[in-house]
Amino acid sequence: MTDLVSTPQLSIDAAPEAGVGDMADARFSRKRLDLPQLRKTLSGQSGQQYWRSLDELAESGEFRQLLEREFPENASEWNEGFERRNFLKLMGASLAFGGLTGCTIQPEEKIVPWVRAPENVIPGRPVYYATAIAVDGAAVGLLAESHMGRPTKLDGNPQHPASLGASHPTVQAAILDLYDPDRSQTVKNAGRISTWGGFISGMAPPLASIQAKKGAGLRILTGSVTSPTLGSQLEGILKSLPEARWHQYDPARGDGAELGAQQAFGESVHTHYDLALADVVLSLDADLFLAGPAAMRYARDFMQRRTQSLHGSTASIPNRLYVAETSPSSTGSIADHRLGLDTGSIEALAAAIAARLGVAPGFTSGAPADWAGSPEWLDAVVDDLAAHRGTSAVIVGAHQSASLHALAHAINETLGNVGHTVHYTAPVDVLPADHAASLRDLVLDMSAGQVELLLILGSNPVYDAPAELKFAAAMDKVAFRVHLGSYEDETSQLCHWHVPQSHFLESWSDLRAYDGSVSVVQPLIRPLYPTQSVHEVIAVVAGASGKPVLDMVKERWAADPLFASDLAFETTWQKALHDGLIPGTALGDKPVQLRPLTMLAGFGRVLDVEEGFELSLRPDPYLGAGSVSNNGWLQETPRPVQKLTWDNAAIVSPATAERLGVTNEQVVTLNAAGGQVDAPIWIVPGQAEGVISTHLGYGRTHSGRVGNGVGFNAAVLRSASGGWSTTDVSVIKTFQQYKLACTQDHQSMEGRDLVRQGTIEHFQQDPRFAHEDFGHEFPAELTLYDQHDFSAPNQWGMAIDLSACMGCNACAVACQSENNIPVVGKEQVLNGREMAWIRIDRYFSDLDKPEILHQPIPCQQCENAPCELVCPVTATSHSEEGLNDMVYNRCVGTRYCSNNCPYKVRRFNFLQYVDRESETLKMGRNPDVTVRARGVMEKCTYCVQRINSARIDAKVANGEGRVGGDAVKTACQQACPTGAIVFGNLTDDQSQVTRLKKSPLNYGILTDLNTKPRTTYLARVKNPNPKIG
Amino acid sequence: MAQVFHRSINWVAKFSIIAILGVVGGLFSILLNINRLDYVSGVGVARDQPVPFSHKHHVTGMGLDCRYCHTSVETSAFAGLPPVETCMTCHSLIWTEAPLLEPVRAAFRDDVPLQWTRVHDLPDFVYFKHNIHVSKGIGCSTCHGAVDQMPLMKKAETLNMEWCLSCHRNPAQFIRPRDRVFDVNWTPPDDQELRGQQLVKDYDVRVSQLTDCSVCHL
Repeated sequence: MTDLVSTPQLSIDAAPEAGVGDMADARFSRKRLDLPQLRKTLSGQSGQQYWRSLDELAESGEFRQLLEREFPENASEWNEGFERRNFLKLMGASLAFGGLTGCTIQPEEKIVPWVRAPENVIPGRPVYYATAIAVDGAAVGLLAESHMGRPTKLDGNPQHPASLGASHPTVQAAILDLYDPDRSQTVKNAGRISTWGGFISGMAPPLASIQAKKGAGLRILTGSVTSPTLGSQLEGILKSLPEARWHQYDPARGDGAELGAQQAFGESVHTHYDLALADVVLSLDADLFLAGPAAMRYARDFMQRRTQSLHGSTASIPNRLYVAETSPSSTGSIADHRLGLDTGSIEALAAAIAARLGVAPGFTSGAPADWAGSPEWLDAVVDDLAAHRGTSAVIVGAHQSASLHALAHAINETLGNVGHTVHYTAPVDVLPADHAASLRDLVLDMSAGQVELLLILGSNPVYDAPAELKFAAAMDKVAFRVHLGSYEDETSQLCHWHVPQSHFLESWSDLRAYDGSVSVVQPLIRPLYPTQSVHEVIAVVAGASGKPVLDMVKERWAADPLFASDLAFETTWQKALHDGLIPGTALGDKPVQLRPLTMLAGFGRVLDVEEGFELSLRPDPYLGAGSVSNNGWLQETPRPVQKLTWDNAAIVSPATAERLGVTNEQVVTLNAAGGQVDAPIWIVPGQAEGVISTHLGYGRTHSGRVGNGVGFNAAVLRSASGGWSTTDVSVIKTFQQYKLACTQDHQSMEGRDLVRQGTIEHFQQDPRFAHEDFGHEFPAELTLYDQHDFSAPNQWGMAIDLSACMGCNACAVACQSENNIPVVGKEQVLNGREMAWIRIDRYFSDLDKPEILHQPIPCQQCENAPCELVCPVTATSHSEEGLNDMVYNRCVGTRYCSNNCPYKVRRFNFLQYVDRESETLKMGRNPDVTVRARGVMEKCTYCVQRINSARIDAKVANGEGRVGGDAVKTACQQACPTGAIVFGNLTDDQSQVTRLKKSPLNYGILTDLNTKPRTTYLARVKNPNPKIG
Repeated sequence: MAQVFHRSINWVAKFSIIAILGVVGGLFSILLNINRLDYVSGVGVARDQPVPFSHKHHVTGMGLDCRYCHTSVETSAFAGLPPVETCMTCHSLIWTEAPLLEPVRAAFRDDVPLQWTRVHDLPDFVYFKHNIHVSKGIGCSTCHGAVDQMPLMKKAETLNMEWCLSCHRNPAQFIRPRDRVFDVNWTPPDDQELRGQQLVKDYDVRVSQLTDCSVCHL
């Protein structure tokens, strides 16, 4: 049983044998990168240069090959192990029958109308319901789209404070979990199929014995709980069974915030920020805009301030973001100033800032020496913060130490930010806890034989608990083990009972958002399988099973003082359901008293980058700590900066790679906290020196067909004490290679001036810098193309503001959901066959201290589209509204269009990527978009299905069919947390897109080809501090 | 050496060239025209249905409007098929014992929906929307034929792309005043072409846009 916690081994390609010589180099099929030479190349260049990957910079053979080929080598073969010769043989036969495929008589189809039609549903029109998803336990409000009772897409609820209509990849992808064919579908008792009734009767004897002992021996393990209903249920149990214990362990959660609040204020206090008011923000390793339940709100607040100051009608002071972080993140990449620092240096930096600002904490083991990392940076940050008292914010990442959190509270207090940009409220969690300690206590009790009945509700500790704790071994000592989960995972394998858990779209609940406001989690569909919600399982323990969950949630709120009288309850309840928020539930500011601070030992101990290493563990930006690792959309979404898919890696900086003597994809063995993993190296500029970052959430053994065996399980390196980084790590180089599926080298654009960037100062002096300093303008009338008639009342266009793009990929996953884009798998990504219609290109400017730029590239919808001219069957042609249409059923798959596309935005179905077998997956697809088959080219259509339905509605209403300038939102635009993507009708002078396109920052890419793209970009404008050179 | 074939045989070679061309051409035209066959397109073929519902009886006999059952035709892409409830508004009072209607009553009693066979079934890559056609003066009978004369539902037109395009290229041939859209007795007047052109203008039909691929293929 205990062998489950051992590391799943990476399957490692045997390195080819080589003769004696340069061992390391010869053994690698991938040429070793010559980093010193790269530095020389960079230093010899004049002006700002951006490049996309180390291979591009090195002009390695592999990279040249990628460039010169339309698709990477072998990408044009239609199956592995299938040669062109065999292909031709078969083609002879298939050509003979090819013409006949058009003659098939359509299979008979059924129409099944209702017996009794529900109100308010018009067949063929989607209905939207407000609901909420838990992100790290807290609510993010959603509007879920339902087609005839089938939820198909999730988007943010514009009225919800945590989303404001935006979403993140994890939020978008949650719909796929509902339809995952690998979901657990039945109650199991000791591995055998059972029923919910069987479970209830099976629970009776142990519950009776527990009740006799006032609950002694009963342990309930959950993740973070913010649901008031679940909270009252658990409190009820603890009241009636006072000896029972409730433990919480959320593997992705850092305990620093909770412990830091304890340290600073002596009580549990929740912190949130109002970035709309912040002029200067310092993030200390906080992935503010991508991680956590408030990230969408923060991103929107911060970037709206920024874009207001650039394109807004009212001039406002541009805000400024400083980021010090261990590993380059989304947030770091849009920072005005970014430093890659190890954890100790981040703490030392904070201590130095605190000291300069007059905050003087005590130190248990001597204050760290004044931080000498970058005095210029330190001075600038301190001056900026001091100049913006009350309008600045110092924000610490969730995975930093409690002391650092406490110190930031003190700094914010000193700066007078509290009550303005920084808000303290009562805890959002029902019972704030130190999760690492809570889990430790549980394991101790289990090992001591004090636990008789263990209920694990929705967690998977056998996989994600620190291996040091030996959770699986401790479970052996528990007499009766119950697991509630969406999958039959590592933990359920070791439990007597496994109960399948309902998806949040299948069951009622409630959740609190980051600011305390409560949303009702409203189901959109009956459970697909006989699954149960956590409320029902808890009700069994409380001896109150059989009550519908809706009644439980309603009862909780009917008893709440917020709902004044019984008469008004139903009205208020219906309004809360409709709006997605229970009014009056947001938590107000809480007065706090700062206590004298003492920093714990080891605080601010700077890493010795000549000798030591730091291992820094983090939840994966998309997979978290692994609970959603069976989600193919998330697995295949390139990580924001690393651009890796389908794997985690040991991420190091170029200099650290040099010091280690390793190159990309070389496997190293990492040892920490008694655990050991083999991890492939991935070199990322901007990574802190000496820091090896790796992500949790991989190496699952019982996650399902998608997630099993992907990457390695970094949880074995976690320490039981709950720390997220350690210098107690050993790195052993091996001579093995492991292929990583990275998307960064694919579809390269040969280093033209695609991304243009300047500073606000530059912009104010020379508003047209994006044109004058870059590229060249061409007379548009010089063309051989036939000119289209663009007199239709709607002309569509898109503007993408590079200042606001942080590369989070919300757009890409939203597009995948809206447009039925398939997942292709690691092998196919390695072949460059990923299908994403919108990709985010990422550029670096420097090897060691890079600026990181992101550029989303959807189809540019060229007015003079090169793809259209070369299609032999006119499967792609131009519409009067300026769209470059793609007709899948007409496409014969010559791929000429893709060859001729300068932007490389066309995607080809080399294989039958769409799963046509799994019935449940069919339910989740957008019925308004064709599901493409093998051999068909596809690409971004500006969500033409949305355009069409808006145009038809307009035509029915006003005849001519003119659609309001901002009336249609593309899926990517709707999802974008920062509002970087703006789409609309160009014939409307007042539309947002028309106004943006008039900005002097607006430019098109590769316009020297006279493609006249309808998608244009606004040059990125940063607001750097002039004091930092 | 003497020639193997006598010159009087040459006609065989000449003929075979023509014959081969003819056969290839013939095959090609079969290939092109096969989809136009009623056998393939299903025109005029009545499908098996759970209940032999007669449009003729309900429309001509009873005088029901199309929209009594097809409720969403003006608001949605899908015209809508009536729930069993709609049938039972009348049939709980009349023909309550008719054996023919037993499946309807059973469906209502057991709450198990009826499964009708689609008669007008477009390929999945075509996105047809009823509401826009109806609102721009394309009548039901233009595509569905004389439904009021059909005891059993049949397709009246092939629904092939060339058939769609015949109207999308020149809607003036078919367009009718909006108030006659649901009129099953409407027939094109003698000066349809002229009146049609006026209606196309009045109803803001942008004919050039109707042949954009993305109008139907999404």
